[in-house]
Amino acid sequence: MKHGILLHEFEDDVGVAVEDLKKGRKIGVVTLEGKAAGTIKLVSNVPLGHKVAMRDMALDKPVIKYGRPVGKVVQPIAKGAHVHVHNVKTLRWSI
Amino acid sequence: MIKPEKMKLTGYRRPDGRFGIRNHVIILPVDDISNAAANGVASLIKGTLALPHAYGRLQFGEDLELTFRTLAGTGRNPNIAAAVVIGIEPKWTERIVKEIAKTGKPVAGFSIERHGDLRTIEAASRKAMEFVQYATELQREPFPVKKLLMSTKCGESDTTTGLSSCPTVGRVFERLTKAGATLIFGETSELTGGEDIIQSRCINNKVLGDFNRTFDGYTELIKSQGVDLLGSQPTEGNIRGGLTTIEEKAMGNIQKIGRCKVQSALEPAVEPDGAGLHFMDSSSAAAEMVTLCGAAGSVVHYFPTGQGNVIGNPIVPVIKLSGNPLTLATMSEHIDVDLTGILRMEMNLDQAADEAMRVLESTINGRLTAAEALRHDEFVLTKLYRSA
Repeated sequence: MKHGILLHEFEDDVGVAVEDLKKGRKIGVVTLEGKAAGTIKLVSNVPLGHKVAMRDMALDKPVIKYGRPVGKVVQPIAKGAHVHVHNVKTLRWSI
Repeated sequence: MIKPEKMKLTGYRRPDGRFGIRNHVIILPVDDISNAAANGVASLIKGTLALPHAYGRLQFGEDLELTFRTLAGTGRNPNIAAAVVIGIEPKWTERIVKEIAKTGKPVAGFSIERHGDLRTIEAASRKAMEFVQYATELQREPFPVKKLLMSTKCGESDTTTGLSSCPTVGRVFERLTKAGATLIFGETSELTGGEDIIQSRCINNKVLGDFNRTFDGYTELIKSQGVDLLGSQPTEGNIRGGLTTIEEKAMGNIQKIGRCKVQSALEPAVEPDGAGLHFMDSSSAAAEMVTLCGAAGSVVHYFPTGQGNVIGNPIVPVIKLSGNPLTLATMSEHIDVDLTGILRMEMNLDQAADEAMRVLESTINGRLTAAEALRHDEFVLTKLYRSA
């Protein structure tokens, strides 16, 4: 299957859409090294370059990308959903 | 895989033994009010390049030192064949001239007080003409990659820079450090959230201490202003491109240094001493950072961009790399290395690094970058605090 999502690390919580992805579409996921990581069904529209959840994520959970935390969940996130500033915030400054 | 030692590089050998890849005769104003005279000379004498800027008056302390170091370092840069320095008064003008003269290249200073702009322009133009005729006689000659000093900084980053253009630069930098080249990276603020990675790469405790002082100093400055950077980091452009947090942005940024070790942590606009990768304290604003790299002696710059930063520099050729298909579709005239194949999985990082090295080689040998052809001549001094 054609891939539409790239992962830095196989275990990452989020992948990057390499094209505009429409809600309802089922799309392949691969790592940067070319390793297949299954398929994901989009539950929201995700524009090119934005992130897609690889799994359900609960409130306050750290979000793993590049194999390490890059933020925390501030709104529960469903697998296949758009992940961005509306549901993830920095761990850096208290807000 | 292209080996850096196999690249055929040519440049201009300067009297201090360094190699430039461009051969500019610059007309360098010491201060804002000397811009008019500098522009006057550049408009009279073909082949000269004026570098007008906004500062140089009533600065003091560390801020003044940085301005001096940046101006003198710009004149010292190996891409400069000769320099005419023009300031309002003789003392500060001479200070810049003396620093540039240490490289052995031709340099002359002119001050405006007691002469006026017109007489200054005439005298400086006669010298500039002599310098241009000297510079145009110089020939390129081959130089080894271990004589290369280059820099990197990314801009308008997004998730595609972290996936494509930044790791491509990282891959090239790994190859170049093995071949003995000297490299600079910086962007103190944009390491936030990934600073532990830089710390783990410092070659010894002295370098680690220097880096920590710089990074903590920056963090303290932010705190002292009673703000955080949430409003500006990530920037609106970053967010539009899909970056959510400063940690995510930092991780993309840090891909540019690959697995290289950090040999030293430098103050801004300080020339690195020795081969390998060096961290230089610097603003993350593109034009300021590249100007500081030029002042530290960088002769060419890799600039990964996602959303499409269009920056250039008058003396340092800036090579843009992008893997964002939308940016390539809408503003391709700004991009030198098209890495969109990475997102399509048609190109791996080694192939991308080869492509980036081919463009680096041709740029070094004289091919104009997109930013050079488009006259992107951003020469911007870093101001540390307000003037007296």
